Amino acid sequence: MAAKQKQAKTEGMTYEGRDYTAETLHEMHDMMLYIRRFEEKAGQMYGLKKIGGFCHLCNGQEAVCVGIEAASQPTDYMMTSYRDHGHILARGSDPTAVMAELLGRAGGVVKGKGGSMHMFDVEKNFAGGNGIVGEQVPIGLGFGFSSWYKEDGRVTLCFMGDGGINQGAVYESFNMAALWKLPIVFVIENNQYAMGTSIGRASAETHLFKRGISFKVPGMQIDGMNVLEVERKMVEAIEHARSGAGPIIVEAMTYRYRGHSMSDPATYRTRQEVDEWRSGRDPIARLQKQMIDAGLSTEEAFKQKDKDIKKAVAQVAKDAESQPEPDPSEIWTDVYNDPIEGAYPYPGKVG
Amino acid sequence: MSKITYREALNQAMCEEMQKDERVFLMGEEVAEYNGAYKVSQGMLEKFGPKRVIDTPITELGFAGLGVGAAMAGLKPIIEFMTWNFAILALDQIVNAAAKMKYMSGGQYDVPMVFRGAGGSAARVGAQHSQALENWLVNVPGLKVVMPSNPADAKGLLKAAIRDNDTVCFIENEINYGDIGEVPDGDYIIPLGKADIKREGHDVTIVAHSRMVGFALQAAEELAKQGIDAEVIDPRTIRPLDENTILASVAKTNRAVVVEEGWRFCGIGAEISTRIMERAFDDLDAPVARVTGKDVPMAYAANLEALTLPSVAEIVEAARAVCNRN
Repeated sequence: MAAKQKQAKTEGMTYEGRDYTAETLHEMHDMMLYIRRFEEKAGQMYGLKKIGGFCHLCNGQEAVCVGIEAASQPTDYMMTSYRDHGHILARGSDPTAVMAELLGRAGGVVKGKGGSMHMFDVEKNFAGGNGIVGEQVPIGLGFGFSSWYKEDGRVTLCFMGDGGINQGAVYESFNMAALWKLPIVFVIENNQYAMGTSIGRASAETHLFKRGISFKVPGMQIDGMNVLEVERKMVEAIEHARSGAGPIIVEAMTYRYRGHSMSDPATYRTRQEVDEWRSGRDPIARLQKQMIDAGLSTEEAFKQKDKDIKKAVAQVAKDAESQPEPDPSEIWTDVYNDPIEGAYPYPGKVG
Repeated sequence: MSKITYREALNQAMCEEMQKDERVFLMGEEVAEYNGAYKVSQGMLEKFGPKRVIDTPITELGFAGLGVGAAMAGLKPIIEFMTWNFAILALDQIVNAAAKMKYMSGGQYDVPMVFRGAGGSAARVGAQHSQALENWLVNVPGLKVVMPSNPADAKGLLKAAIRDNDTVCFIENEINYGDIGEVPDGDYIIPLGKADIKREGHDVTIVAHSRMVGFALQAAEELAKQGIDAEVIDPRTIRPLDENTILASVAKTNRAVVVEEGWRFCGIGAEISTRIMERAFDDLDAPVARVTGKDVPMAYAANLEALTLPSVAEIVEAARAVCNRN
C-alpha cells in the first residue's frame, strides 16, 4: 500500500476520454493482482488436498469482476455462478473468510457450509455463489424485481458464463426483465469454453450480446481483458439499468488460464492458444504497462507490490488454515428460520 | 363465521395478508386480468393494482426463480403455479435454490415465500395434469409442505404460510376449489405442523390428506354402519409432520390405514407407516395398511380414471382388513 500513499490524488490518467485517479487505478490493479495470487494459492492448497470438491479458478478473468465492481455502487446486488472467488473478493469480503470457506472452516464466509461454489455475503450484497449453471439468472431477476417493487434505485449485476447462456431460464429471465423494465445488467463472462466445449460447438449464435434481440434487450460486447474498458462500459450499462430503461446485456470477452476446475487438464485447447491470451492480453500486465507509461508507477514498484500481495495471501491462507472446522452442532443450524418444534423430522435431531 | 368456498377462503387469506404486509405480492400465470385460472385470485388485481398482482408469461422456472430472488431481497412473494404439474419445470429453483439457500449461505439469506397452486388429480384431464407429487417435495429439508382439505383449513393455513419465514409449498386441490364450508372471519391462523382430528373414533385410525380426507370421512360413515368406529386424522402439514397426533390415535385404536392419492412407492403412506412401526410397534394389533393411487399414469377414460384413484370402497376394505373383519 506504500505506493498508493505516494500518489497525490490529483495524479491520474485519461483513457478513451475517461479520467482515472491514480488511487482508482491502483485499487483496480491491486485487486486484480490480489485475486490472481489468491487463486494461485487456492490452486496450490487444492493440490495439497486441503481444499476439497470442486474448485473453479478465475485466473485471467480478473478484469471483469474488478472493472464491474469499480463501476457499481456497494448497494447494487451481485450474483454469479460457481466461479465466484474473484467476485466476492472484488466486492470487498474478507479474504481470510473466503479462504477459510475454501478450506471448510468455521470462520468461512458461509461458516464452512458452502465451499468454493457457494460464497455469499449479505453485507456486501453478494448473493452467491450458485452451483447450477444459469440458476442465478432467475434469482437475479428476482433481485431486480425487488428493486423495481421497492423503487430503491439499486441495480442488479447478474453474471453468467458462455455455458450458462444456453440455459432456458436465461431467456425466461431476459423476457420478464424486459417486459417490466427491471434494473438488471446481465453480464456474460465469455471465457470461450463451457467446461470443455468451445463456444462454436455450443452456440449457434456466438455473438452472445445479441442473445437479447428477441426480447428487445440491448447488448454490447466489451474487452473483458481490459479493466478500464470494463469499468467505462459498465458505467454506461449500469446507468442504463438505473435510469429505468430496462435490462441490458454486456458480453465481456475473456479467457480462463486454468482448466474448468482443478481436475481439468484442458486438453481441448492448444498450449499456443492459452499462451496467446496470457502473454498478449493479460489484464494485469496491460494495466501495469498503461500505468508505467503514464508515470504513475514503476516496474520495481509493481514487483514490490506483487511480493507484498503474495505475502498477504500467504498470511490469509495461514490464518484460515489455523481455524477449526465448524462445530458439529452447525450441521443442524440454518435449515429453517421458523423451525416447528414437535413435528417430524424434528429440528436438530436425526429421527 | 361465513359459508364460503375453498377458493374464496384462499382468496381471503391472500387479501388479508396483502393488506397487512406490503412486502407480499402475488405472481403467476393468469392471476391478474383473468382473475385466476381457477378464480382463486378473483378481484385481487382491482384491489391491489398491477404492481402487487402480476400476470407472468408461461415461464414457470423463470418466475419461480424471480420469487426466490425477491424473497432473498426482502419481499414475501406468493408464486402461483396454475397447477403443481407445471411446477416440475421449476423444481431447480424450488429444490436447489429456495430450499437450500439459507443453509448454503450460512444463514445469511432467507427465502420467505409461498409456492402455491392446485395439486392432485383433476377430472378427465389425463396423465400430465393429474398427479400427486407432494412426496417429491416433502423429501427436501428446507421446505415446508402444506395441504388443506377444507375451506377453513385453506384460509388458516395459507395465512400461516404467508407469514412464515421459510419457503412453504402450499398444495391446494383442484377438485376441492368449489367445496363450501364454515370459515372464521378475520385473522384466522392455523399453525403449521399441527394435525387435525376430522372425526373421532375408537376402532381404527385413518390418516389422509388433501382430497383424500373427504374420501376417508365417507369411508368412516360407511364403516360406522358396519359397526367400526373410525378416527380420521388430517396432518394438514405434511412436512414437518405432526406424528404425535397420529401416534396418540394409534395408541387408542391399535390399527391404522394411511390413504393418499399419489403413487404408492416411496409415498407419504410409506413414511407414515414407517413412523408408526418405529414408534408405536407395540400399539399395533395389525400391520398398517396403505390405500394409494394405482402405480400407473392417469388415463382419460372415466372408468379408468376412477379405478386409478383410491376409492371410498378401498378405504373401507382396508379398514375392515386391519380390524380383522374381512
